[in-house]
Amino acid sequence: MSEKGWPGHPPQWVELCWWRGQREPLKIKGADVEILIYGIINSITLSLLSLGFALVYSISRVPNFAHGALYIMAGYITWLFLNKFIAFPYPFAIVLAIALTGIIGALMYRFILIRIRGMEISEIIATYAIGLAILEGLRWGGLRGMTFTLPPFVAGSVKIFGANIDYQRIIIVGSGILIFVLLYLFTHFNKIGLALRGIAQDERAAMMLGIDSDMTAIISLAIGSGLAGFAAVLLLPLGSIIVEAGYNVLIFAIAVCVIGGLGSWGGTVVASFIIGFAQILTEAFLSSHYQMVVALLAIIITLLIKPSGIFGKQKELEERV
Amino acid sequence: MDKQSMRKERIDRGLKVRTEGIYAISSSREILYLLGPRLLLIGGIILLPFILELAPYWKRVVNIMCVYALLALSFDFLANYVGLVCLGGSFFTGVGGYLTAIFNVNLGLPIYLSIPLATVGGAVLCTALLLPCLPLRGVYFAIITLMYPLLLTRVIEALDILGGTNGITGLDSFPNGYVEQYAIIIMMLVFLFGMRRFVNQDIGLVLRGVKDNDQSVRASGINVTHMKLLAVFVASFIGCFSGAYVAHLYMWAGISLFALDFSIIPIASVVIGGGGTLVGALIGSFILVPLSEILRAFGSFRIVIYCAVLTGFIVFKSEGIMVYLQRKYHQFERWVKV
Amino acid sequence: MGEGMSAEPVLSIKGISKTFGGLKALSDVSFDIQQGDVFGIIGPNGSGKTTLINCITGFIKPGSGHVFFKGKEITAWQPHKIAHVGIARTFQIMRPYYSLPAYKNLIIPLWSPRARKTGGWRGGGKHGDRDTVAVDILEEIGFERDSRVPYKFASALPTGYLKRLELARCMALRPEIIFCDEVFSGLSMSEIAGMLPLIEKMKTEGITLIMVEHRLRELFRVAGRVMALNFGEKIVEGEPNFVIEDKRVREAYLGSEEV
Repeated sequence: MSEKGWPGHPPQWVELCWWRGQREPLKIKGADVEILIYGIINSITLSLLSLGFALVYSISRVPNFAHGALYIMAGYITWLFLNKFIAFPYPFAIVLAIALTGIIGALMYRFILIRIRGMEISEIIATYAIGLAILEGLRWGGLRGMTFTLPPFVAGSVKIFGANIDYQRIIIVGSGILIFVLLYLFTHFNKIGLALRGIAQDERAAMMLGIDSDMTAIISLAIGSGLAGFAAVLLLPLGSIIVEAGYNVLIFAIAVCVIGGLGSWGGTVVASFIIGFAQILTEAFLSSHYQMVVALLAIIITLLIKPSGIFGKQKELEERV
Repeated sequence: MDKQSMRKERIDRGLKVRTEGIYAISSSREILYLLGPRLLLIGGIILLPFILELAPYWKRVVNIMCVYALLALSFDFLANYVGLVCLGGSFFTGVGGYLTAIFNVNLGLPIYLSIPLATVGGAVLCTALLLPCLPLRGVYFAIITLMYPLLLTRVIEALDILGGTNGITGLDSFPNGYVEQYAIIIMMLVFLFGMRRFVNQDIGLVLRGVKDNDQSVRASGINVTHMKLLAVFVASFIGCFSGAYVAHLYMWAGISLFALDFSIIPIASVVIGGGGTLVGALIGSFILVPLSEILRAFGSFRIVIYCAVLTGFIVFKSEGIMVYLQRKYHQFERWVKV
Repeated sequence: MGEGMSAEPVLSIKGISKTFGGLKALSDVSFDIQQGDVFGIIGPNGSGKTTLINCITGFIKPGSGHVFFKGKEITAWQPHKIAHVGIARTFQIMRPYYSLPAYKNLIIPLWSPRARKTGGWRGGGKHGDRDTVAVDILEEIGFERDSRVPYKFASALPTGYLKRLELARCMALRPEIIFCDEVFSGLSMSEIAGMLPLIEKMKTEGITLIMVEHRLRELFRVAGRVMALNFGEKIVEGEPNFVIEDKRVREAYLGSEEV
C-alpha cells in the first residue's frame, strides 16, 4: 500500500484491446464491409459475455458479481488441463472446464448465497467478495504476465469480402448464434427451461405452481456460470488469460445488462449489438482507446433517459407499494 | 442446570438504566460509564503516535488506518443509515486525490487550500455523477458505484489524461510530521462525532427513514431523491477528503487511488466492526489495516482473506464486534426459570 | 353530508383506469368528494381499492383518467408533491420506521416542507421543538403520555398502536384529505372503539376522510357516502344503507362479512 505497485495496478494491457490479444489494435480502414463484419463479431462477443449475468439475474434476482471471476477461472482451468495434465485433448478440456465452472457456480449458490437469499445488499457484497477472492487468488497463485494462452480451435484466417477474419472469430459468431438458438429452444420446449422462464416472469406465481425457486436458482447459476465458461473458452484464445480481463468482463456484462434492461434477455442481445457497433465505429473513426469511454457514456445516457434500460420494466425499479 | 426449563434473559444493566436522562450526571460512576469508552477512544487515538515513536513505520500505518476508517465511516453511514450500498469507495478517493493534484500542481494552490477545495469539489462531482441512479433501486446504486472506479481507471489509462499510468507527481507534502499525523486523526474524530450528531438530528432521522421505508417518507411529502442526494454528498465529502489526504501523503496521484483496496477494506471493516454503529467502522479498520500490513508478505492473498472473512461474516449474519461489545456493555444475560 | 351541491368538489376523480399486464385493475372509475365528507370505498378483495388509492396519490401512474384537487389537475404527480398539497394516505401493509422510537417516527413528517409551511400540528412546528410536538400528537392519538409507550421502538409496538401511528403520521402533515387504507383491519373491538373518537376529531378539524374498509359495520357508523367497487368497476355510490341494499353489492360480497 505504500508503493506504486499496488495490487490492482494493471499492466500495459489497454493498448492491447483485451480480447484481441497481442495483435495491434484493429486498423479498420473505414471500409463498410469490415465495419459490418467486425461489428457483428464484437456484438456477438459482448452478448456471449453478458448472457450469463443476465440469465442469473432474471431468474434468481441475484446479481452475480463473480461473473468475471468465473470467466477467468474457466480459462485458467482449461489451461491447467491442457498444460499441466497433458493427457487431456483440447475438446475434452473445454467441456470439462465449462462443466466445472457451472458446478462451482451452483455450489456457490447452494452453500453461500442461499443463506442470504432475498437480502439484495448482502447478495451483492457476497458475490462481489467471492469474485474478488477468486480473481486475486488467481493472481497470487501465479496468473501474471502474458504467458497463459489458449490455442485457437482452428488456426489461420480467411478472406471474406476482402476482410481478413480468423477462423476463431467465425467460430465465435457461429457458436454464439448456436447457443442463442439452444437457449431459446431450452426455455420454450423443455420442462426445466419453461420453469426457469416462469420464475423469471413472476416468482410468486411460479412458486405457487410448484416450481422450487431454490432449485431454479441453482440451475440458473449453473447455466450462467457455464455460459461464462463457454464465453471464456471461445474468447480467450484470441489473447491471453489475464486477471484484468476478469474485471473488464464484469464491467461489460453489467454495462450491457443495464442498458438492455436488467432481467430482459432480448434487451441484453439488443444492447450488445448497440454497444458492439458503437465500439467498432469509434475504433474506425476515432481511436481504439475509446472503447471503455463508450461503455461509460452508454450507461450514463441510459440512466438519464430510460433508467430501466431498453426492454426493462419500469415497475422493476421501484418497490411494491 | 436443566436447560429445558430455563431460558436466557437479557436485561439492561442497572448502571445503564441509572444513566438515562438527567440522572447521568448524578455521580462520577455514571459519568464514567457514559464517557469512559469515548474518552478511551479519543485519548487512545491521540496518544497513539507518541506510543509509536519507537516504530516510525507504524506511525505511517496509523495515518493509513485513519484514512480507511474515514472511508469505512462513509460506507457505514450510506449503507446502514440511508440504505445505499456503495461498492466503490475508491471512486471518492480517486476523485478527491486527482482534484487536489490538479489544484496543487497544475493550479499552484497551497496544500491548505487544495485539500478543502478538492474535498468540496470532489463531493459535488461525485454526487453529480451518481445522480442518475439515485431514483432507482438500491441494486443500481451498488452496480454504478462498483463500475465507476473500474471504468475511470481504464479511461484515464486509455486516453492518457491526468498523467496516464504515471499519474501526477510533485504534490506538496505536509509541513511537518505532526501535522501529517494529527490532521487525519483530528479529522477522523471530528467526522465520527459529527456523524453521530448528524444521524440523530431531525434530518438524520429522515435519512434513516428513507432506509426503513422510503414509500412512507414519500407519503410524508419529502422528496426522497433529494434526501439521497444529500446523503451521497456527505459520504463523498468524507471520501474525497480521504483521497486528497492520501494524495498529499504520497505526494503522488495516480490510478492506484482507484484501487480495489479502497473499496473492499472499508466494507470489510464495517461488516467486521459492526454495521450501524459508526464507531464499529473505526474499530474494524483499526483491526484490518495493521493486519493487512502484517500480511503484506502475502501479496494479493490478503484480499482473498478479507473477502473470505467478509463473506463469512455476511453469510453467518454476524452482528459485528462493536454491536457485540455494546450489547455486553449495556446489558447482561442470565438464565431464568421459565 | 349530502350538501355542497353548488360547492366545488375538493377531490374529483374522472375515468381512472389501470391495467397491469393482462389484468384490468381499474376501469373508468369516477367520483367526486366534497370538503369535510367521510367517504367510504368498499368492495371485495381484488376489486382495486388499494390500486385506486395508489393511482390518486401518485404511487402508481394511472393508465388513463384525471385527478383534480380543488380544481387543479394532479394526475400522475409524484407522491411527495401530492402529499405536499395536502393529500395524505396510510398504507395497508404497515411498515413504521422500525429502527426509530415511536415518537421519532413523527419527526419525518414534521420535517417535511409542508409541515414546516403550515406550522405543524397545532402550530408547534418551530425548529427543534419537533420532539415535543411529536409527543403531543401521539397523546392526541391515544398513546399514554406518561408511559414508556411513545418512547418504545416502533418494532416493539402492537398493531393497534401501529395503526394509530400511521394516522398520526398523516395528521402531522396537517392534510386536507386523508386516505385511510383499511385502518380498522386487524384491530380488536376495543381498539376500534378507541379509534372512532379519533375519526370524529378529524372530522371536526375539517379533514376530508376517504376510507377503504372491509369492516362495514364500523365504516357505516362514520361514513356519509359510500362507493362500491367490484373487479375494478364502480357499481354503486350513495348513502351507506342504500348501497348495502343494492343487489349487485350483495352479489359481489357473497361469502364475506354481512352487515
